[in-house]
Amino acid sequence: MSLLVKNIIRFILFILVQVYVLSQIPPLHQFISPYLYFLFILWLPFNISRFGLLLISFLLGITLDYFLGTPGLHAAPCVLIGYLRPFLINILISQEGAELNYAEPSIKSMGFAPYSLYVLVFTFIHHFYLVLIEWLEFGNFLYFLGKVMATTGISLLLIFIAEMLFFRKQKFRTNTA
Amino acid sequence: MKNIFIFIRRYFNFLFFVVLQILSIVLLIKYNNTYQAAYAGVANEVIGAINDQYNKVQNYFHLKENNRLLLEENTRLKNLLRINFENADSARIVALDSLIRDTLGHQRKYLYLPAKVINNTVSQQMNYLTLHRGANQGVKKDMAVVSPQGIVGTVIDVSENYSRVMSLLHRNSKVSSMLKKSKVIGSVEWDGKDPHYITLRSIPKSTPVAKGDSVVTSSYSANFPPDLMVGTVDEISKDPSSNFFIIRLKTAANFYSLEYVNLIENVQWDEQRRLEAAPVKNQ
Repeated sequence: MSLLVKNIIRFILFILVQVYVLSQIPPLHQFISPYLYFLFILWLPFNISRFGLLLISFLLGITLDYFLGTPGLHAAPCVLIGYLRPFLINILISQEGAELNYAEPSIKSMGFAPYSLYVLVFTFIHHFYLVLIEWLEFGNFLYFLGKVMATTGISLLLIFIAEMLFFRKQKFRTNTA
Repeated sequence: MKNIFIFIRRYFNFLFFVVLQILSIVLLIKYNNTYQAAYAGVANEVIGAINDQYNKVQNYFHLKENNRLLLEENTRLKNLLRINFENADSARIVALDSLIRDTLGHQRKYLYLPAKVINNTVSQQMNYLTLHRGANQGVKKDMAVVSPQGIVGTVIDVSENYSRVMSLLHRNSKVSSMLKKSKVIGSVEWDGKDPHYITLRSIPKSTPVAKGDSVVTSSYSANFPPDLMVGTVDEISKDPSSNFFIIRLKTAANFYSLEYVNLIENVQWDEQRRLEAAPVKNQ
């Protein structure tokens, strides 16, 4: 399957899972709302252009927003992590050259510790910015702190499960072939 | 001029990022002020169609509960039928020449329309419902939405075949309500915490309130007809900074299993609004 088709299917699946499964779960607590859809941005290939990355991130966010009835609320954090992604990838895999040998970020291509850090940082940035916008609308500092922590925790758990369930096979590519 | 182009090319990604950020925030702010999303009509139609497909499956899981609710409501309405009320014949004049109701329909104020809920969230801070009934089927903005047990929300956005409803569980929703016993009027809001509970504010501390009291829509609310169930009093606390209670209500409607609702149109509202908008003469 080509990368393009694979990513289009992924886009649709992530949106559907987020809208019809995760957003339908009865809330356990005010602070806990499960988010997984932004993993799509983290799974995009290495060699995608920065312009393309920004555009796709915006599309993902705005699609979810129209489903949930909050235009712009999820688009803004998505664009932010889409913009920051190349910088962090450069820092995390500067010397190994993994972006040439593997198609997309994963545990195998980046190593367990750098990949965990990559996921952790972007999950935190996404939720921080998302809840910050909500907080500016409603105003309650405790809500802000609690929700950032709780949603980040839940999202990390969900990402961990997703990584275990859908083990992505990564082919090792060489330049010589 | 050349330098400007070089600058733009060099920082193109950053500028594009800033543009997209501004676009998102502008969309959000504009939407929060007006509830008119950009391209809402098109988006509503497309997303409504997808929701509809999903709902066809989901619908089966609530059939049993819905049948029970409909039966209960039918029973309640049948109990109101005039045929059930009969006095021992003590009257001297048989006065059946006039009904309380206006059977010709000239004086109609509220019009009920049925609709199917095809999407509904309770877990966000701003919750919305999508109904499979739109402008082509007579839905207008600001119509009230009620379920068999209690009020649900207000229509905020209408496309051709679908409409979007701001749920009672929305940080910005506000419904004028009153205590059924004492007829004291306050307003019902949601604090975003628990979808089972809403908050009733601006009830003076002198009002007698007890746990379990019913709260219904007030007659001041323009889109909701009076005396529709909103919830029951669950917890009463005194706001130390003001002269009012903060009353926690248990919602009458069960927002987890909404399947069919009624839309209510206030047919006389236009006239009322025109009168209220007109500048006051003759002071």
